[in-house]
Amino acid sequence: MAGEERPQEEIRRAAGVPIAEGRGEGGIEGRGAVTLNLTGWSPGEDVIVVTRTPAPGPARAAWRTFVETLRGLGTTFGRFRETPTTVQYPEQKTPVYPRFRGRHKLHKFEDTGLEKCVGCSLCAAACPSDCIRVVAAENTPENRISAGERYAAVYEINLSRCIFCGYCEIACPFDAITMGHEYELSDYDRTDLIFTKEMLLAEPLERAPLRTEGE
Amino acid sequence: MIALVGYYEPWWIQILKSIVIFAVGLQLVPVVLLAERKLLGRFQSRYGPNRVGPFGALQPLADILKLLTKEQFRPSTSIGFLFAIAPIISIVTAVMALAIIPFGDVQDIFGTKVGLYGIDVSIGPLYLFAMSGIAFYGIMLGGWSSGSKYSFLGAMRGAAQLISYEVSQGLALVGVIITAQTLSLTGIVNAQKGMWYLIPQFMGFLIFLVASFAETNRAPFDLTEADAELVGGYNTEFGGGRFASYYFAEYLNVVVVSGIVTTVFLGGWLLPFGIDPPGWVDPFVVLGKMALITFLFIWVRATLPRLRYDQLMSFGWKVLLPLATLNALVTAILVTVTH
Repeated sequence: MAGEERPQEEIRRAAGVPIAEGRGEGGIEGRGAVTLNLTGWSPGEDVIVVTRTPAPGPARAAWRTFVETLRGLGTTFGRFRETPTTVQYPEQKTPVYPRFRGRHKLHKFEDTGLEKCVGCSLCAAACPSDCIRVVAAENTPENRISAGERYAAVYEINLSRCIFCGYCEIACPFDAITMGHEYELSDYDRTDLIFTKEMLLAEPLERAPLRTEGE
Repeated sequence: MIALVGYYEPWWIQILKSIVIFAVGLQLVPVVLLAERKLLGRFQSRYGPNRVGPFGALQPLADILKLLTKEQFRPSTSIGFLFAIAPIISIVTAVMALAIIPFGDVQDIFGTKVGLYGIDVSIGPLYLFAMSGIAFYGIMLGGWSSGSKYSFLGAMRGAAQLISYEVSQGLALVGVIITAQTLSLTGIVNAQKGMWYLIPQFMGFLIFLVASFAETNRAPFDLTEADAELVGGYNTEFGGGRFASYYFAEYLNVVVVSGIVTTVFLGGWLLPFGIDPPGWVDPFVVLGKMALITFLFIWVRATLPRLRYDQLMSFGWKVLLPLATLNALVTAILVTVTH
């Protein structure tokens, strides 16, 4: 019981608050271990003095309730006169920031048209939810798909598992995969959410508007 | 003055006008329902329903259709007979109270004198309180017969709340009745030709309005429903058409109370500054005033949080009732002295 009160007393003593006589008799001085480390800290600075207005009388309270009610009505009427802040979603879309992590995109070199992905599976290794599947195959002179030695024969992302952390983008040594801005990804079937390489390579229907600077 | 109390119209006029008033009154409910949701939205910086039909106009229809096509179920602990009739009591009393709201003076329609009200009873306010008294049974029996503790709590709260506030509501009207010296609602309107009772009976108006919030179970006095603590109060166990009845009765009560406030304090179909429009304008004047009061109801709902139960009771008994008594007393003394 007394042990629980010690820190409290310590704080009050340090804050200069007088402790009731008899309470500290042999308690504070005779105590060996200090439970609270107070070196370099003055609790007096942290004590916030709360001043409450005295409770009003019944007539004053009634008047205050009445006035405050009217003030509240005024506040709500102010909202009533404003234009609503609702974004009418399917018609209006909230613009996303450039760094927004939406659905992934795979990239090709613009000049040669070769895929940037070389099938190294580093993205799959980095993926915390294990939603990327890469099966690599060798490039041949007749069938050259990527710029490297190998290419991704199968590249699938299971978007129903993806947590959009963006680790795949960081892990990729060739900037072959980046996070796009697409966020409308609902579908009726789970299997439709497994995006294949062709789907990820294709230019998405850029529906998500980009937020302009300072917006 | 003697109002046209006990004035008898031909029987076919009575049937016709009861059908018209019933139809118009019932049409007002979806309008109020939609207005409430749209206005609440605007008060909260959003649009409210705007997808069903143009500007969301068909939303109440969709809501009611959804409720009516739902399965009728009832808990195994419920008391079947009472469970079935409780919502009916609620809706019937609300519709019956609608009958006494005067929408205009006696009009000459094709040579027949027609009073633009369902019935002009010589005991208008008493009839109103009788109806709202029976309406308690809708809530109490509904909550009790559900056999659920939340419903029961809601119903008991509702009973206590309605009884406490009905006293103040009635006393607030006493001042008006003393001043108008009649119990007929058309008589009360006609007595306001010089000045609406809003001004001489302002205290009574405020008390009646506050008590009406409690009577109609609207925020900030919606403790019977109190969805945060009682799930849904007395109507927790009701679904489908029975819930629709309660829902409907609640909004019909708002319409009725707006009509009563309009009649008793806002001069009914009378317009200020001596404007005397032709008779066919009267119902629109009344409806316009009712719309203002309904707006106030929604505005208050959007503003004030729900009261705690003990605050509700102490406000009703310690503030509202003494004020209402004082109001009636002072009015009585003034009327006796000046007459």
